[in-house]
Amino acid sequence: METLLQQLINGLTIGSVYALVALGYTMVYGILGLINFAHGDLVMVGALSALQTMMFLMGVAPGMSPIAMLTLALLVAMPVCMMLGFTMERLAYRRLRNAPRLAPLITAIGMSFLLQTIAMILWGRSYHTFPQLISTTPLQPIAGVFITPVQIAILITSALIMVALILLVTRTRVGRAMRATAENHKVASLMGVDTNAVIAMTFVVGAALAAVAGVMFASNYGIAHYGMGFMPGLKAFTAAVLGGIGNLGGAMLGGITLGLVESFGAGYIEDLSFGFLNSSYQDIFAFIILGLVLIFRPTGLLGERVSDRA
Amino acid sequence: MNELVAAVPWLGRRNPMAARWLIIVLALAAPLIAMMFGRSWVRVLDFALLYMMLALGLNVVVGFAGLLDLGYIAFYAVGAYTFAFLASPHFGVHWPFWAVLPLGAAFAALAGIALGFPVLRLRGDYLAIVTLGFGEIIRIFMNNLNYPINITNGPQGINMIDPIVLFGWDLSRTLKIGDFTINSLYLYYYFFLLCVAGSILLIQRLQISRIGRAWAAMRDDELAAKAIGINIRNMKLLAFSLGATFGGVAGCLFGAFQGFVSPESFSLMESIAVLTMVVFGGMGNIAGAVVGALVLALLPEVLRDIAVPIQQMLFDRVLLDPEVLRMLLLSLAMILMMLLRPVGLIPAKARYAHPEHLPRKKEARP
Repeated sequence: METLLQQLINGLTIGSVYALVALGYTMVYGILGLINFAHGDLVMVGALSALQTMMFLMGVAPGMSPIAMLTLALLVAMPVCMMLGFTMERLAYRRLRNAPRLAPLITAIGMSFLLQTIAMILWGRSYHTFPQLISTTPLQPIAGVFITPVQIAILITSALIMVALILLVTRTRVGRAMRATAENHKVASLMGVDTNAVIAMTFVVGAALAAVAGVMFASNYGIAHYGMGFMPGLKAFTAAVLGGIGNLGGAMLGGITLGLVESFGAGYIEDLSFGFLNSSYQDIFAFIILGLVLIFRPTGLLGERVSDRA
Repeated sequence: MNELVAAVPWLGRRNPMAARWLIIVLALAAPLIAMMFGRSWVRVLDFALLYMMLALGLNVVVGFAGLLDLGYIAFYAVGAYTFAFLASPHFGVHWPFWAVLPLGAAFAALAGIALGFPVLRLRGDYLAIVTLGFGEIIRIFMNNLNYPINITNGPQGINMIDPIVLFGWDLSRTLKIGDFTINSLYLYYYFFLLCVAGSILLIQRLQISRIGRAWAAMRDDELAAKAIGINIRNMKLLAFSLGATFGGVAGCLFGAFQGFVSPESFSLMESIAVLTMVVFGGMGNIAGAVVGALVLALLPEVLRDIAVPIQQMLFDRVLLDPEVLRMLLLSLAMILMMLLRPVGLIPAKARYAHPEHLPRKKEARP
């Protein structure tokens, strides 16, 4: 029972990080029909630029409070990612909007590896310890379940961000423009929506979420390196598909579900496979779920879109 | 051969015969030229030939059938590990090369079908992601199947794999004819060259066959292809398994040549590298795959030789190590090619091309 609850907490935490990244995927997909492969690597850029800021701050003002430091780090990481997201869209994806199907996808893969390479040049190949400004030592166990302050912080922050995003999309003018563009580019632009600006905006918002997710991810695990964004990126994509791509609520649901499946799976795989498989197989759950969803319910849990838009 | 003539466009158009001979002479003389720069270059050429085979195989899947496969390296891995299992001290089995090669190819083809079945309904980007997942799953298994039963020996990989022995003739030994010695790297080169030439022949015949035309039809418009009576399911499975076969054969050769396999050689980056070669050279085009593989396999090595001394001269230290340069090169090649010349270095002939790449009226994406 305690293991169950413990895995539940762990799953919720990691799931809400996935959800944040998945929102970025799903928004871009909803509007452009493009899987922005490089989105996962924005998570990495967010984490590493936050790390850089923290290092700088620790050198300049050693006595600074952890919360202030974290906030400042986020205030640097988010604009960095937003600028990257904007640049990617402007320089590459915009030119390919009318190109054949495979072209934008291949470009996005190239973009992902380009970001990783640049990060490798800037930050080296080694794993960096990420300062854990919010403690990762568990609080007093409640019903035998250990929960760490950083987990609480992640859960609260991501809930707040998701609410804010939903409000942005459903209640504001920009949000309405986004929904209109997602529905139909041409008609939206006939109605006076500056679709180019809306698409750029989508990339920027997604990138900001990725930056926050990156900082959360790194804070939770205490580690950052140039390739850290790829796997969470793929998993977040899985989450987006699981929830129904193009659907914001779906991305959140999918992220949380995936986090739970992964943490329960990792917790119980050894018993389930009679000791043949162990938790180092954790990463395959996402792929198996992805395969199953695409085969049996390509529209995802909440989505209406169909998988093949030829 | 006729296909390859496109690789030398200027000469190829005016005098195909001369172009043909030029390619043959170059292919035969390449290791001798490479030797002038050092023995390691012959090795680089050997690997370039393996990449060529991979690119040719992936080209069948991506270029001919239009199925974007990001897990292609998994088949290479299946081939390499089959060879490692059946011809190394790891299990104490030492089957002859000619017995293992078809098995490696067959297992890879089976893996291709195993991947193909579940993804029959998927297209485009979804297909890409699922195949990527397939590649990763294979790699994760190779990495972890050393416990509780040691099958793959985990991240350490399997070493001391038997070399290729053709009818009692060991390619890994220096050949001595009188006073004349031929280094093993040459022997491998010419054997691989033979394999690549065979693959090209086979793939070329395949492309103009009923199957090849069915693939082209399917790639261009699946619904229309179905309507004229093409069995989409079988064609897709055939594309996956035939493409995988080439990967499997290349994997066997790789395992035997290198004498050592580990999961590290089959990372996603390698899948992407092979895809870049196909895209760079020109999708759906044999000459494109060959040239793409040659250029992108050689260029990083050339850079390794040039960039490191230059950096040392300019900055007194190495800022960008060769591996970083390779990644930079591949990712930029992919992005820039898609932006500036999406048809690739050598565009496919119109009759084989993606119609999407031909000039047409612009239409908005939904």
